[in-house]
Amino acid sequence: MSPELREAALLLLGCPEVPVQQALALHLLGRLRADGYAVTCAGNPAVLQLLRVSDPGRHYIGPAIEIERCIGELAEGKRAPALCVAFAHSDAGLTFAATARHLLPEARFVLLVFGREAEALAEEATFPCEKIVEKAVHNPTRLKRRIDEVFAWSA
Amino acid sequence: MVCVEDMPCEVIFSRASFAECREHVERHCPRYCHVDPGFRLFDSYLIGVPPIAIGVDGDAVLFPYTKPCHGTFLLRIEDAGEAARLASRCRDRKTG
Repeated sequence: MSPELREAALLLLGCPEVPVQQALALHLLGRLRADGYAVTCAGNPAVLQLLRVSDPGRHYIGPAIEIERCIGELAEGKRAPALCVAFAHSDAGLTFAATARHLLPEARFVLLVFGREAEALAEEATFPCEKIVEKAVHNPTRLKRRIDEVFAWSA
Repeated sequence: MVCVEDMPCEVIFSRASFAECREHVERHCPRYCHVDPGFRLFDSYLIGVPPIAIGVDGDAVLFPYTKPCHGTFLLRIEDAGEAARLASRCRDRKTG
């Protein structure tokens, strides 16, 4: 029986060109759901289709929304998740994350910064958040380990 | 609702960083203002790192527009109504 879903969470996904994002998004979807979160994914049409195709039985992915529409709903107060996890491997990803952080001042906000320029990019993220930074591109293992530590899934 | 992508516009910068767009607006637009993310402009909600700089040059409005896979574009759209709406918020451009 599925656990009762208690709180809303939002995964804010960036451009899918860096492979680790896909694996980590599915990992987070599974783990957060097991923790009782009702998770919505926001991203561009390509990234949402990648997730849907990867999960034909819909074991992990739930509601999904196009990212600009999601930002609009946050701005209008129609959506107020208790947790937001934002993926950023580019200036654009960081820009969307900064927007979501501003619109969700009360939420727990976890920023995953990855890709070849992760360290330089992370320095640009000056808004309040829990930052996880790894140069991961193809191999998600270290980033997954860091995520599991932050969410206390390591044990 | 009119989508920004359907409006006739001039692309000042494409695939730029958000900071480059902000600096251009503050240095080159006769008047500009700062707004927060989620500010409504042309029936869209602005995406950006606060403060977001919006420029006004006559009847034209210059603003950043970010797409996840393509970075930030600095767009210029002629719209007297939006320019007038922003006028009271604006200050003169930075010099020096």
